[in-house]
Amino acid sequence: MSVKIKALTKSLWVFHLSTASCNNCDIEILDLLTPRHDVERFGILLVGSIRHADVLLVTGILNKQCKPIVKKMYDQMPKPGFVIAVGTCTAGRGMFSNTYMVDEAEPLDKVLPVDAYIPGCPPKPEAIIDGIVKLVKAKGK
Amino acid sequence: MKMAVSVLQFLIFPGFLFTAAIGLLASWIDRKVTARVQYRVGPPWYQPLADIVKLLGKETLMPAGSSQLLFFTAPLIGLAGVTLVSMILWLSNLDPAGGFIGDIIVVLYLLTLPALSLILGGFASNNSYASLGASREMKLVLSYELPFILALAVPIIKSGGILTIGGILNYQAANGIVVGSFSGSIALIVAILCMQAKLGLVPFDVSEAETELMGGPIIEYSGGPLAVFKLTKAMLLFTMPMFLIVAFMGGISVSGLSLLWGILKYVALLVVIVLIRNTNPRLRIDQALRFFWGRVTVLAVIGVVLALFGL
Repeated sequence: MSVKIKALTKSLWVFHLSTASCNNCDIEILDLLTPRHDVERFGILLVGSIRHADVLLVTGILNKQCKPIVKKMYDQMPKPGFVIAVGTCTAGRGMFSNTYMVDEAEPLDKVLPVDAYIPGCPPKPEAIIDGIVKLVKAKGK
Repeated sequence: MKMAVSVLQFLIFPGFLFTAAIGLLASWIDRKVTARVQYRVGPPWYQPLADIVKLLGKETLMPAGSSQLLFFTAPLIGLAGVTLVSMILWLSNLDPAGGFIGDIIVVLYLLTLPALSLILGGFASNNSYASLGASREMKLVLSYELPFILALAVPIIKSGGILTIGGILNYQAANGIVVGSFSGSIALIVAILCMQAKLGLVPFDVSEAETELMGGPIIEYSGGPLAVFKLTKAMLLFTMPMFLIVAFMGGISVSGLSLLWGILKYVALLVVIVLIRNTNPRLRIDQALRFFWGRVTVLAVIGVVLALFGL
């Protein structure tokens, strides 16, 4: 394992991007920073600028308006970096799969290379932590 | 030979490597204590180091339309400044006779370099948030420099107008520490408030303002330059309290058990910084300016007058 990837997995700075989500997943993500779950013990921080980020955390159904923005955000993220899709909507659109405002041919994983999916509507904070730990273990090998 | 020794001093012992190691440790203590205050567990001890190594291994992006030369040299200006300050302070601290006349004024000037590097980097990165943050940083520098210089006038007046760090240390070794006197303790309070603003911590983090400006001047920085900014900040967290210890508390003696006493002085100042940071909301820039030019300056002037009367 190279030092670069090892250090990356020890200090993930997360940029949180909501693409037309119902905000349930976003609230569960904010729960991770509270004393009960405290992800800073893994070195995970929420950053305000995409240029500081190592992880692009995407929630929501990815509607047509958000698609170019998501692409732009991914291009602005310094590599190496990961993309995590949180929630059923991001993985497979869930109950919104037939609405007119999404581009059915292009879900998130056709637009960006997604490294981890965390399903659930919304996923519990424990599930999100579990997903991140699995991602870190898989990438750290 | 003398040149080689100076380069080694700059790079290794009192300079870069030593300050960076202690600074990263101090920034871990800062994050850990903050976490404990908020009933969290907090990061492991190697976390600041992991952050720096990770940032050095990442891609560096260059915003379109920015001034390339300034964008990349700005972080280095701050790093060089804070390293030089640490070197001058430690060399004077280890050997009070070794300084040069006026080194306390040089240190005062060099301590503005980290803020200057933020301003230059912010204006060079062609981003409206960065420009806004840089202009706030500029106003903040203008507001805290006046009381800070007035506060530092107190130890200079007390030691009989000697303008060397070594002279102030010698005076304190002979006549008791400056903070033991009435004017000295007032000046230390003023200096701690100015230090908080110099470090860019809450309540004076108006320029970086994570929640409204998303990092302010450093918003466009990524990879290596961002690592340099973070490292500068960590090193400043060691150098600024060290400066106050030298000016007001008689320096850190490195012989035997008195080293522990010196470490205790540093940790006490660090804990004060962290507690101020965790118990206050962020001020607006106009409130910060009014605070520094109003009450704090008045307090500093009272300190200077008392020092002139020998209290």
